[in-house]
Amino acid sequence: MLHFERWKIIAIVMTCMAGIFFTLPNFFSKETVESWPSWMPHRQLPLGLDLQGGAHLLLALDTKELEKDWLTTMRDDARKQLREAKVGFTGLGIVGNAVQVKISKPEDLEKAKQALDKLVLPIGSALMGTGANDISVTVSGADTITLAPTEPGMQHRVSSAVSAAIETVNRRVNAMGTSESTVVRQGSDRILVQFPGLHDTTLLKDLIGQTAKLTFHSVHPTMSAEDAAQSRPPVGYKVYPGVEGEESGRSYLLRDSPVVSGEDLVDSQPGFDSRTNEPIISFRFNQSGARKFGNFTKDHVGQPFAIVLDNKVLSAPVIREPILGGSGQISGSFTVESANTLAVQLRSGALPAKLTVVEERSVGPSLGADSIEAGKLAGLVGLLLTAILTTVAYGTFGVIACVGLLVHGFLILALMTMIGATLTLPGIAGFVLTIGMAVDANVLIYERMREELRNGKSPIAAIENGFQRAFVTIFDSQLTTLFAAIIMFWLGSGPIRGFAVTLTLGILTSVFAAVTVTRLLVALWLKNAKSKGRITEVPV
Amino acid sequence: MFFPIPDFKGFDFFPHGTRLPFMKYKGLALVMSVVLMVGSVALFLVHGLNYGVDFKGGSLIEVQSKSGPADVSEVRKKLNDLGIGDVQIQAFGSDTDLLIRVEQQAGDEAAQQVAMKKVVDALGDGYVQRRIEVVGPAVSSELRSTSIIALIASLFAVSLYVWFRFDWQFAAGVILSLLHDVLLTIGIFSLFWLEFDLSIVAAVLTIVGYSMNDSVVVSDRIRENLRKYKRMELNELLDLSINETLSRTVLTGMTAIAGIAALLLFGGEVIRNFSLAMLLGIVIGTYSSIFIAAPLLGFIGIKRDNLVGGGSKTAPGAEKSNKKEPAGAV
Repeated sequence: MLHFERWKIIAIVMTCMAGIFFTLPNFFSKETVESWPSWMPHRQLPLGLDLQGGAHLLLALDTKELEKDWLTTMRDDARKQLREAKVGFTGLGIVGNAVQVKISKPEDLEKAKQALDKLVLPIGSALMGTGANDISVTVSGADTITLAPTEPGMQHRVSSAVSAAIETVNRRVNAMGTSESTVVRQGSDRILVQFPGLHDTTLLKDLIGQTAKLTFHSVHPTMSAEDAAQSRPPVGYKVYPGVEGEESGRSYLLRDSPVVSGEDLVDSQPGFDSRTNEPIISFRFNQSGARKFGNFTKDHVGQPFAIVLDNKVLSAPVIREPILGGSGQISGSFTVESANTLAVQLRSGALPAKLTVVEERSVGPSLGADSIEAGKLAGLVGLLLTAILTTVAYGTFGVIACVGLLVHGFLILALMTMIGATLTLPGIAGFVLTIGMAVDANVLIYERMREELRNGKSPIAAIENGFQRAFVTIFDSQLTTLFAAIIMFWLGSGPIRGFAVTLTLGILTSVFAAVTVTRLLVALWLKNAKSKGRITEVPV
Repeated sequence: MFFPIPDFKGFDFFPHGTRLPFMKYKGLALVMSVVLMVGSVALFLVHGLNYGVDFKGGSLIEVQSKSGPADVSEVRKKLNDLGIGDVQIQAFGSDTDLLIRVEQQAGDEAAQQVAMKKVVDALGDGYVQRRIEVVGPAVSSELRSTSIIALIASLFAVSLYVWFRFDWQFAAGVILSLLHDVLLTIGIFSLFWLEFDLSIVAAVLTIVGYSMNDSVVVSDRIRENLRKYKRMELNELLDLSINETLSRTVLTGMTAIAGIAALLLFGGEVIRNFSLAMLLGIVIGTYSSIFIAAPLLGFIGIKRDNLVGGGSKTAPGAEKSNKKEPAGAV
C-alpha cells in the first residue's frame, strides 16, 4: 500500500502539475493571458451570469396560438380540397380543437374523405419510424368529417416552431451587437436566452416579445369596416383594428389573404422621412415580392392598401402610383427606438407564434463583481480555517493533508476550466463546501492510524492499515454525497446545476487528493524516516 | 531522502478511552427528536414557509441607491400606490441596498412583467437595478413539484443504498435520521420565517448527503465492532462505536462548519440564507447520526449472525482487509 512504482509517482506528480498548469490562466486578467505564448493554456473559467452580470430569460412559445393558426390553415386547405374535388359541403368550421365539415350529399362522403386524406402528412423522423400522421381524418355520423391534429402531429409542429423561433430570436439578439449570447431550447416548448453583460432587459424583451408578422393587404373597395362589423364581413374579408397611436380606435375591412408578406422582405432599415422628418422604416422586397407588389399597386392606383403588423393595421396609405422598384417605406406613429426595434424584427423574420417571458433573472455587473470578491474571500478564509484545524489536529500528517487540500483545489478548478463549466455563486459555495468535506477522507484515515497505534501496531503497519481500512468508509460516504449531487443536477435550474457540478467534481478530486496524493507524501515521509533509522513515532 | 516538514504530533480532541455514555440518554434523545420532528411538521402545516419567488412566483428586485443611504419609507410610498398588491421592501446588506418583493400578479405570465416594469419606472433614476428575478406561475409550480420530487428521490436513493450496503435495521435508523434533518431544517425556516427558495432545496439535498455520510461512518464502525466483540452487550457496543468515531465526527463537522461559516460571514448577502441552511443542517445532521441512527439500532436490536458482508461487494480496495477477517464470519 505504501510502495509506489516509479511510473505511478510520475503519473501522480504529472496530474498535480497539470492541475496547476491549467488553473493558471484563472489567476490573471484576460489581456495578460492573451499575450502568453501559444504553448501556455489560455482557457479561463467562464463566469456565470450571476457573477459577471447578465440576463437570463426563459421564454415560452404560445402553443395555443400555434394550434389556432394550424386549424385555420387546415380549414382553408380543406375548403380548397373539397372545391377541387367538386364536393358540396356546408358548415365548414373550427369546433374546439378540430375542423369539422358537413358533406351535403351522402354519396359524396367517400370522395370527400379521399380528398381530405390528401392533407394528411406522415411525420418524417428517422428515429421514431413511420406510422404517425400529423392529422387524423375521421368520419362520424352520416355526413360529418372531422380533421384533428394528432398528439405527435402537434408535438412535431411545436418542435419545429421552437426551432424556427430559436433561429429568429438568435438573429434578433445578435442584432443587439454581441455574439456571446446563447439561445437554446429547453423542454418541449421553451427557449432559454442568456445574455452576458446585459442587465436592463427592456430592449431585449421588446425585441423578442413581438411576433412581427408583417403583411400587406388590399382594402375592401366599397364596404366600410363599421358596416362589415354590423352585418357579416364578405367571404375572404376580415375586420382589422388599427395599432395604438395614430391608428387607434380605427378599423379596416381587409382581404384576409395578404398580397405580400414579411417573408418576401430582404432588408429593412430605420430612417427618417425626408419631408416630415418622422421616423420611418424603409424596406426592400425580394424579386417575387417586388413583382407581386408591383402588379398589385399597378392595378390599384388611387385605392388604399393596408400595412398590417401582427394583425393590427400600422397604416393604410392610398396608392398614388405603381411601386415597381420593390422598395418602399412604412410610416406610422414610430419613435426612433420603436422604428429601430421593428426594423430589426422585420429583418430577422417573424416568429411562428408569440413568445412570453415565463422566468427572468438578471444581475447587474456591480452585484456580480461584489459576489466574486465575496466568493474569493470566503474561499480563502474557508481554506485557511480548514488548514489550521487539520494541522492542529494531525501534526505533520495534517500538513500533508493540507497539501492534498491544495491539490484538490487546483484540480477542481482545472477540471472545471477544461470541461468549460461555468463558475456560479452557488458553484463557489460548492467549492468551499468540498474543501471542508475533502478533509473528511484524511480525518478518517488519520483516526484509523491513531487507533491502530493505540492497539499496539507498529508504526508502519498502523500507517498502512489506516489507509487500507479507511478506504471502504471513504468510498461509502463519498458515494452518498455523489447521489445527492446527481439528483441536484437533475433538478437543475442553472445556479443549482453549478453547485451540483462543483460538488461532483469536488468529490472526485478530493478522493484523489486524500487517497492518492497524501498517501504518496506519507510514503515519502516514511522513506525519509527510515533512512534516519528505526521509526518509533508517527507524527499524526 | 529529504522531507521538508518537521515531525510534530497533532492534538487529539477526544483522547483514547473517551467514553461518553450516549446510550444512557437514548430514550430522552429519541423522544426529544420525535417531538422536534412533530413540532416541525406542525409548524410547516400551520405557519407554512416563507416561499421565495422561485416557488411562489412574483418578482424580486434588488436596487442600490445612487446617492447616499436608501430611504425605505420613501420607496414604500412610491410603490404602494401602484396597484400591484403586496410589496415588501427591506434593507439588504448595506444601507444603500434594498430588496423589493412584489407578490405574484393575477393573470398570466405577462402580468408579472407589467408589474415589474411599473416598479422599475416608479423607482426612477435614483436607483440602479442590481438584480431582477421574475418567475411566472407556470415556472414556479414546476419548480415546486421538481423540488418535492428531488427531495423524495434523494431520500429514496440513499435509503436504498444503505439497505443494500447494510441491514434493514441500519437503514431504518439512517432514514429516520435523514428525515429528522430535513424536517428540522424546514421547521427552523418556518419558525424564523426565513426565505425558502430553490437554493435552500439544494442546501437540504446537500445536508442529506452529508448527514448520510456521517451515519454511514458510524454504521460502518458498529458493524465492524459487532464482528469484533461478539459477546458485548448491544448498548455498550453502540456507545463504544459512537465514541470511537467521535473524533472524526466532530473534526469533520468542524472543518465543514469552518468552510460554511466563511461563506456565511464573507460570502455576501445573496447566498446568506443558503449558507445558514447548510450550517443548521450540518449541526442537526451531526446530532442525528449520534443520537438517532445508532440509538434506534439499540431499540430495534440486531441479529449478529447474518450481517451483510463488508466492503468487498462495492469496494475492490477493501478485499485485502477482509481476508484477515472473513466477511460475514461470526
